[in-house]
Amino acid sequence: MATPTSTDARIVALLRLADDALILGHRLSEWCGHGPILEQDIALTNHALDLIGRARALYTYAGELEGAGHDEDWFAYRRDAIHFHNALLVEQPNGDFAQTIARQFFYDRYAQLYYHALTESPDERLAAIAAKSLKEIDYHVRFSSEWVIRLGDGTDESKTRMQRGIDELWRYTGELFAMDELDRAAIERGFAVDAAPLHDAWNTAVDAVLAEATLTRPEDGWMADGGRAGRHTEHLGFILADLQFLQRAYPDATW
Amino acid sequence: MGDPRIAAVRAVLDGVPDPEIPVVTVVDLGIVRDIRFDGDRLVVTITPTYTGCPATKVIEDAIRDALTDAGYTDFAVETTLSPPWTTDWLSERGREKLREFGIAPPVGSAATKRALFGDAPTVPCPRCRSEQTTCVSEFGSTPCKAHYRCDACGEPFDYFKCL
Repeated sequence: MATPTSTDARIVALLRLADDALILGHRLSEWCGHGPILEQDIALTNHALDLIGRARALYTYAGELEGAGHDEDWFAYRRDAIHFHNALLVEQPNGDFAQTIARQFFYDRYAQLYYHALTESPDERLAAIAAKSLKEIDYHVRFSSEWVIRLGDGTDESKTRMQRGIDELWRYTGELFAMDELDRAAIERGFAVDAAPLHDAWNTAVDAVLAEATLTRPEDGWMADGGRAGRHTEHLGFILADLQFLQRAYPDATW
Repeated sequence: MGDPRIAAVRAVLDGVPDPEIPVVTVVDLGIVRDIRFDGDRLVVTITPTYTGCPATKVIEDAIRDALTDAGYTDFAVETTLSPPWTTDWLSERGREKLREFGIAPPVGSAATKRALFGDAPTVPCPRCRSEQTTCVSEFGSTPCKAHYRCDACGEPFDYFKCL
C-alpha cells in the first residue's frame, strides 16, 4: 500500500512531533539492559516510555483528523523512512552514554520550549497533549542537564566523552528551529508554534549548562537538515527495520 | 453527588485496584475523572497518570471487567488528557495506604513546581519516618516513582513523585 505524505499541515505538524518522540523513544529503548548502572538503565527506559506514550497520543489524533482509518500502530509500523518527519538529531546512534545524554539534552531543551508554547494552542486536544507532555519533559530536562554537568565537570575521561558527544551532534540542532511552509500553515491553524524565536532561549539555556559543565560550546557552522521533509540519514532505515519487522513480516498481527 | 446511581458506580470502581500498586484503587489515585449517565448509558472518564504508563490499558480493561461483573451492560470508558493528571488528586486515604505499603507519598503540591526545579523536597522514610533520606534516581521502577534510600535505617524505597 502506498503511503502518501499528507498535504494537511495540521497532520504533518502532529507527525513531526510524534515521529521525534517515537524515534527518540526507540533509540532510548535500545539502552534497556545496557545502561552504565542499573539506575540509569531504568531512567533511560522511563524516558523511552514517556516518549512513546506521547507519540501514541499524537498519532491517534493525527489518524482521527486524517479520517483514513489509520491508527497509532499504522503510523509507527507502516510508513517507510521517506514518510517519517522526525528531526535528524533523534535518529542519530546512541554512541556512548555521553553521546546519548548530549542528544537528550539538546532535544529536551528544545521540547520544553516548544511544548510550553504549544500549551497555548487554540486546539484544545493538542494543548492538552502538550500540557500533559510538558510535566514529563520538565523531569527529562533536569535529568539530561544534570548528566551533562556531571560528566563535563567530572573526570578527564568523562569530560572528553561529553565534549565529543556535544561536538558530534551540534550540527543537528539547527534543524529543530528551522521553519518551512508547512510549519507556517500549521501555525495559522494552531497546530505548530514558531520555533525560530525559541532558538535564543534554547541557546541561553544550553550555554548556561555547558558553562557549568566546563564544556566548550561548539562554533555554529553548517547545520544538517532534511528530516522534516523525509530526507534522513542512513540510521533511520536501520531503526525501522528493527521497529517494524513484525508488522512487515506478519501484517496486522495482534497479541 | 445526590444521584444514587453514580454513588453505586463509584463504589464499584473503588474496588478496582491499581495493577502496579494494588493497595490503592483507581479512585484513590484520582484516575477516575467523571462518572455520568447519558440517559441509561453509563460513561466513565479516566485519565492516565503518565502518557507512557503501561498500566493505562490494563486499568481500562479492569474497569470494564468490574462494571460488567457488577451487572452494567450499557457503558463506555473514555480517556481524557485534560486537565492533566496531578499527584494532588491522590486521596488522603490513598496517601496513607501508599505509606503503609512502603511507598512514600508525594510531598507538597505539584502546583508549586518546587519539586521540579532543584528545590528537592524532604521525603520521610515510609518505614522509620526519618527525614535523612537521599534520592538515588528520579526514575524508578515505574514512571510515577523515584528511587530513594533512607540514610537512617538503610531501607531503599520508592517515592511516588510529584507531578
